[in-house]
Amino acid sequence: MYDFALVFSLRHARREPPMALTREQIASIATLARLDLTSSEVPVYQDSLSRILDFVGALDRAQTTNVAPMSHPLAGLSQRLRPDVVSEQDRHEQYQANAPQVAAGLYLVPKVIE
Amino acid sequence: MSGWHTGTLTQLAAGLRARKFSSVELVRALLARIDASQATLNAFISVTREQALSDAAAADRALAAGSAGALTGVPIAHKDIFCTQGVRTTCGSRMLDDFVSPYDATVVARLKAAGAVMLGKTNMDEFAMGSSSETSFYGPVRNPWNPQLVPGGSSGGSAAAVAARLVPGATATDTGGSIRQPAALCGITGIKPTYGRVSRYGMIAFASSLDQGGVLTVSAADAALLLREMAGFDANDSTSVDTPVPDYVAALEQPLAGLKVGLLREFFDQGLDAHNEQRVREALKVYEQLGARLTEVSLPNLPLSVPAYYVVAPAECSSNLARFDGVRFGYRCEKPRDLRDLYSRSRGEGFGAEVKRRIMTGTYVLSAGYYDAYYLKAQRVRQLINADFTRAFASVDVLMGPTTPTPAFAIGAKTSDPITMYLNDIYTIGANLAGLPAVSIPCGFVQGLPVGLQIVGPHFSEARVLSAAHAFQRVTDWHTHVPQGYA
Repeated sequence: MYDFALVFSLRHARREPPMALTREQIASIATLARLDLTSSEVPVYQDSLSRILDFVGALDRAQTTNVAPMSHPLAGLSQRLRPDVVSEQDRHEQYQANAPQVAAGLYLVPKVIE
Repeated sequence: MSGWHTGTLTQLAAGLRARKFSSVELVRALLARIDASQATLNAFISVTREQALSDAAAADRALAAGSAGALTGVPIAHKDIFCTQGVRTTCGSRMLDDFVSPYDATVVARLKAAGAVMLGKTNMDEFAMGSSSETSFYGPVRNPWNPQLVPGGSSGGSAAAVAARLVPGATATDTGGSIRQPAALCGITGIKPTYGRVSRYGMIAFASSLDQGGVLTVSAADAALLLREMAGFDANDSTSVDTPVPDYVAALEQPLAGLKVGLLREFFDQGLDAHNEQRVREALKVYEQLGARLTEVSLPNLPLSVPAYYVVAPAECSSNLARFDGVRFGYRCEKPRDLRDLYSRSRGEGFGAEVKRRIMTGTYVLSAGYYDAYYLKAQRVRQLINADFTRAFASVDVLMGPTTPTPAFAIGAKTSDPITMYLNDIYTIGANLAGLPAVSIPCGFVQGLPVGLQIVGPHFSEARVLSAAHAFQRVTDWHTHVPQGYA
């Protein structure tokens, strides 16, 4: 699910320092990240995230025109392929032993469709 | 407390093979040390007593039968980020408080196959996010040199355990300095290998383009022995590199004379404590006397490594930690109203403050409208830093400098300001961004606290870096110092 209000606010908020995130922005980020925050946590993250963003703003000083983004430390390494054959056994009972709620081999969650 | 059981890993492995003592005797002695230290150091999350004793008995049978491997009967500990089949694996988080791994990490399986005996799982910053081992759900780890101080992090439990001689060696992981910084602060040896050298399979992911497993030991020779057994290609890790593992132990004695050492100008900056700098400069003198040729080199983009890291690492963390949803494994909140509530409250209650901070930072820098300005920008800066290293290694064999700006700091001193905490890793993060192997070795003391020297090499130069560390340890004894009360 896309949070259109947040996406809109982010796109139109320019990143001019000093950058301070609002309570609403923190709440929206937490919603996107699926993190339930208590009301006392919000100002803490408002302060620290604002300072972190200000700190990483130092990256703007670097001249990066025509520099390719580096996503991986080993240049030229490509994803290996393997033959399309079954290599795993069915171990679902063992895996589901760690699940909070299971019935008949299925993971249980609150009802999604009324 | 002093005795045969506090020897180095190399000595203990030799003693076991010579049948000077049994693995059961050794394991019993070390379990007693772990028990005696736990209230002070809190280095362990789980102690696997029964399994350790039965594995030790099996090791003794193998030693008697002459079918022993390189590490048969040698006790070790695993950072609680490595999955251990049938043993609780928490990653220092409430989220995984009751998680019992259904499989072994490749590192765990390989060390087991080499005969090592696991004594337990070590404490750490939650999901390896921290530089002080204070963010653990199981309480902070304390530094054996002074229990008022942090041991560094995130592998603080492994570092404290080795420094206090509770185990002769322990596994650890390093995403931004989490092996080298605690090694420096606890006065031991630590190596972060080249990205792709050690399998990440079964190593709980934090930032997948930076995470790398390694070891913490007393000496470089011990590190060479452990690393030789756990490194190598693994089809289960898509970024594992298929190149042969050299015999790091056999390569230890390669001559040092003529080694071209680059001193990183950016590492000797204003932030470096003057006493720390003095110890590092003295160590460099030792290298000069051993025949190394020292030159100063500059990596102009290196000062941007911390800001680049604090965009890239949180971005990858926010993606990796999306798997913790309260459905398939891990913590689930009480009485969820609906699926959305189940996700948000399970995550909100299951993760600690620093983990949530990084997930939110990552979510923000990856969000539409900010992806280019933060995430892509950081990846471009990462490219510049990587190019700086490549340029430097065209003229020198290894780079040297301090591991940390200061010795160990007080528990609680840096928890209120994340930026101050992040700056602890200012000298270590570069090697992670470029995927380079790097060690930290003890090189002296400042007011009774250990100081680390860092050695960084080109990709896959673990043998060179370890042998350079070993050459220093042959003529100095800093690595043999044991904290008071743990000798």
